[in-house]
Amino acid sequence: MVRFLVRRVLLGVFVMFVVTIVVFIIFFVGPGSADVARTLAGREATPKTVALVAHRLLLDRPIYVQYWHFLDGLLHGNLGYSYYHGQPVTTILKQAFPVTLSLALGAAVIWLVLGVLSGVLSAVRNRSFWDRIVTVIALFFYSMPSFVLGLLLLYVFYYQFALHGIHLFPGAGYTYLTANPLKWFEGLVLPWITLALVSAAAYTRLTRGSMLDVLNEDYVRTARSKGLSERRVIYRHALRSALTPVISQFGIDLGVLAGGAVITETVFGMPGLGFTAVHAIENQDLPVIIGVVIVASAAVVVANILVDTLYAVLDPRVRLH
Amino acid sequence: MTETGASSHRVAGTDKDVLVKVENLQKYFPVQTTSLFRRNHDQVHAVDGVTLEVRRGETLGPVGETGCGKSTLARCIARLCDVSAGRVIFDGRDITGLTPRQMRPLRREMQIIFQDPYGSLNPRRRVGSIIGDPFALHGIADGAERKRKVQEVMELVGLKPEHFNRFPAEFSGGQRQRIGVARALALRPKLIICDEPVSALDVSIQAQIINLLVDLQREFNLTYIFIAHDLSVVRHVSDRVAVMYLGKVAELAPAEDLYQVPRHPYSNALLSAVPVPDPKKSSDRHQIILIGDVPSPIDPPAGCRFHPRCPKAQERCATEEPALASVLGDSAEHVTACHFPVEKGEDLSNTSRVSVPPSGSQTT
Amino acid sequence: MSLSPGDIVAIEKVGVSAGVPPPEGAAATVIEGRSPWRLAYERLRRDRASMISLGVIVLIILVAIFAPVVAAITGHGVYEQFRTTGLSPDGLPVSPSSHFLLGTDDQGRDILVRVAYGARISLIVGVVATLLEVVIGTVLGLAAGYFGKVVDTVIARVIDIVLSIPFLLFAISLVSISHPSLTIVIVVIGIFGWAAVARVVRGQVLSLREKEYIEAARALGAGPWRIMFIDILPNIVAPIIVYTTLLIPVTIVIEASLSYLGVGVPPPTADWGTMISGAQQVYQQAWWYLLFPSAALLITTVAFNIFGDGLRDALDPRAEQIYK
Repeated sequence: MVRFLVRRVLLGVFVMFVVTIVVFIIFFVGPGSADVARTLAGREATPKTVALVAHRLLLDRPIYVQYWHFLDGLLHGNLGYSYYHGQPVTTILKQAFPVTLSLALGAAVIWLVLGVLSGVLSAVRNRSFWDRIVTVIALFFYSMPSFVLGLLLLYVFYYQFALHGIHLFPGAGYTYLTANPLKWFEGLVLPWITLALVSAAAYTRLTRGSMLDVLNEDYVRTARSKGLSERRVIYRHALRSALTPVISQFGIDLGVLAGGAVITETVFGMPGLGFTAVHAIENQDLPVIIGVVIVASAAVVVANILVDTLYAVLDPRVRLH
Repeated sequence: MTETGASSHRVAGTDKDVLVKVENLQKYFPVQTTSLFRRNHDQVHAVDGVTLEVRRGETLGPVGETGCGKSTLARCIARLCDVSAGRVIFDGRDITGLTPRQMRPLRREMQIIFQDPYGSLNPRRRVGSIIGDPFALHGIADGAERKRKVQEVMELVGLKPEHFNRFPAEFSGGQRQRIGVARALALRPKLIICDEPVSALDVSIQAQIINLLVDLQREFNLTYIFIAHDLSVVRHVSDRVAVMYLGKVAELAPAEDLYQVPRHPYSNALLSAVPVPDPKKSSDRHQIILIGDVPSPIDPPAGCRFHPRCPKAQERCATEEPALASVLGDSAEHVTACHFPVEKGEDLSNTSRVSVPPSGSQTT
Repeated sequence: MSLSPGDIVAIEKVGVSAGVPPPEGAAATVIEGRSPWRLAYERLRRDRASMISLGVIVLIILVAIFAPVVAAITGHGVYEQFRTTGLSPDGLPVSPSSHFLLGTDDQGRDILVRVAYGARISLIVGVVATLLEVVIGTVLGLAAGYFGKVVDTVIARVIDIVLSIPFLLFAISLVSISHPSLTIVIVVIGIFGWAAVARVVRGQVLSLREKEYIEAARALGAGPWRIMFIDILPNIVAPIIVYTTLLIPVTIVIEASLSYLGVGVPPPTADWGTMISGAQQVYQQAWWYLLFPSAALLITTVAFNIFGDGLRDALDPRAEQIYK
């Protein structure tokens, strides 16, 4: 078990290493060193600043020296300095992270519960009226791009409500939990629903499919023929195996979200990691872009490791691989 | 003509008569290691020093329990896997070290019929295409010509030629095995290795297929290596039988000789386990029950492999491995690897077993 | 107690036909096999929902192809800005009317025409990028699964890395350091998308690799590429087809998302994502600007998803089973 874990972590480290190389190549090697300095310094910079930046970043040195410098900085937790914002990247990210976290975790709870429950119910009452309704609704929301859903929700619950004097949800922005819990919550409702509904639909489909597969297995048939009540069969025997792929997908999705729910944040104007990254790209603020990309990749890698470990704990066969 | 055989027995011939020869063949499989850091040196000794020949036109029948190495031996001969040590000589040519590319033209001369009629045919391909593969692969025939040849061989094996556009799922088990035979026969190879071709079939169908194989052998002068674990099947089909145990040959003899006068205690045990239809004869028999399980092929017993389970084992058996040779006045065709071979009429079921502790073997 | 094979052989020699009894009066008629494809096709045809969505898809394709006709009929070009007729005195979009059937956008352009042209982008990117991903993914997945060892390790690691990269951020980054264009969008989506396909294909190949008919093919002397494409591929082509059909709407949404974020096909090209992004500024005054491109997007993706689901059910023999 320990060996398995060590292997997975080493693999994760290797993947991150390659990601840093890819990031480095895209941003530092691609445009050419003159452009890099200028880009890093920001659009507003004077030639003098640009030269200073170039020198400080060792851009006149060979590539592997630059890479080493870059990597070294990373390992010491230094993600660079944003000339555009005038702040270290780490600070910027630290501010953005709680936003993404609130959004992601809240939505995750909703979609997991909603998705799994509807999926299980649908599978158990397969081919019934309920099953069909749930399947249709799930397909509808699964097909919907999140920004479309977000905008529609804004239109109805923000704009139309406001027209009728109801000011329940803000149109954009974010309030920190520590500042005003109620406003924090209000501001998150619509984004949560947006993010959750689309993902829930995917989970409904996933759970339903997985559950149907399991319910068809021989050992479930055996459990039934033993005379166990249907409820017991479902909850104790079938659900456990059916949920394994769902749990692993959940872990990965969380990991991906931790890097920023780019679209939802943009629609609702929430300054999370994704939103920050998009604006950084618009402003050519390279250090921030690189910072977010690295954090996001790390989140995915960590999530993958956790999910694989969880899988190995639940299913001993995996450890023998 | 005896009641058992359609094929005639061959006596020892000259080298020109030998189609396949294996010399001290060894095939080891490394055991899968789970660790990244510790290299596991355990190996499964699937085939551990086998020397045999197969003569033209004859049927050699390797028999033994699961895991004795007969399938692996066949695959080594067909060069479907690499050989760990020893040599394989086919039609006078050493094919041990040949690359897949070099082997390719030789594959026209040797073919395999597999055990599982459901697994050995690609379910997504039409039967005509499956049987046509050999022609396609070796550039023999194309288009209409190929179709004609495919239908020709289908008829040879007892299938209706108009079915060549069907899928394997539409055939019964026996018919599918016929398809497998057709595929093997297509290029009129010299050697056909039959890897338990009837084990997965119902008994009545088994008879049909065996009959077919025997007829084809006569018509096309084929040489067979016929692997089976059902001794009554082997007896019917084979000229010579090789009893295998844990990767080595325990006894090699013409079929009738083996069934009348088995010399190796293991052969005796196998034969005593064959069900006899006549209830009276059956109850009169004394079955030899072997003690213990088949040892692990990763760490086989020292000396004679069979000694931990052998009713006749003595001290010598635990230390000295017996060589394959004629014993007790047998002809040169009948060889046995045993220090204390069984005399004719000797009853092993009554022997009180001298307990020889297994040395160097692993018991699970 | 059954008869020994020897006795049975004797009985059999009397002559029992090996095959199915021939049809009445049939000479040497060639009998067509009922292929699994034909069965699946028939199942699909019976599925009303799938057939309807297929019709919708065809309709969308037609709209995309005949978008210029739509422009001709309405008399409004796709890039034409009607600043006087198309915008209100305040400079806001005009609502749907007999003049502009679906209203105008913030620049006075006819939304009906732009939605029609937008279908082109969505479909082209959706189909081309998906095909690109599937082809690359299938070939690499086949190679990884079949060759194993070094090839597999390398490809599997590359898949891991590609899947660990946050797609949206990288896509945005890549587009931003280059010139945005249709080709770039397709390439960027394709570069990241093949990994998921490859992983699925690899898994399928691994499960098939040890089958006896593969060994039989090797025994016949077939080379690895022949085995992969003639023996393995037909057995995995069904899941690949389903995956492709379900991947198209995902690609369409990704393209729309990229455009929404401003890194898709550059303006003034008509694109549903770009239009929705533009609509976000004025939706309070011009709901039609938000509604129609969104509806077009939604209808397209729903249609593909329904059809994809139907295809999966048709190709999956387990669909015949009766549960419970």
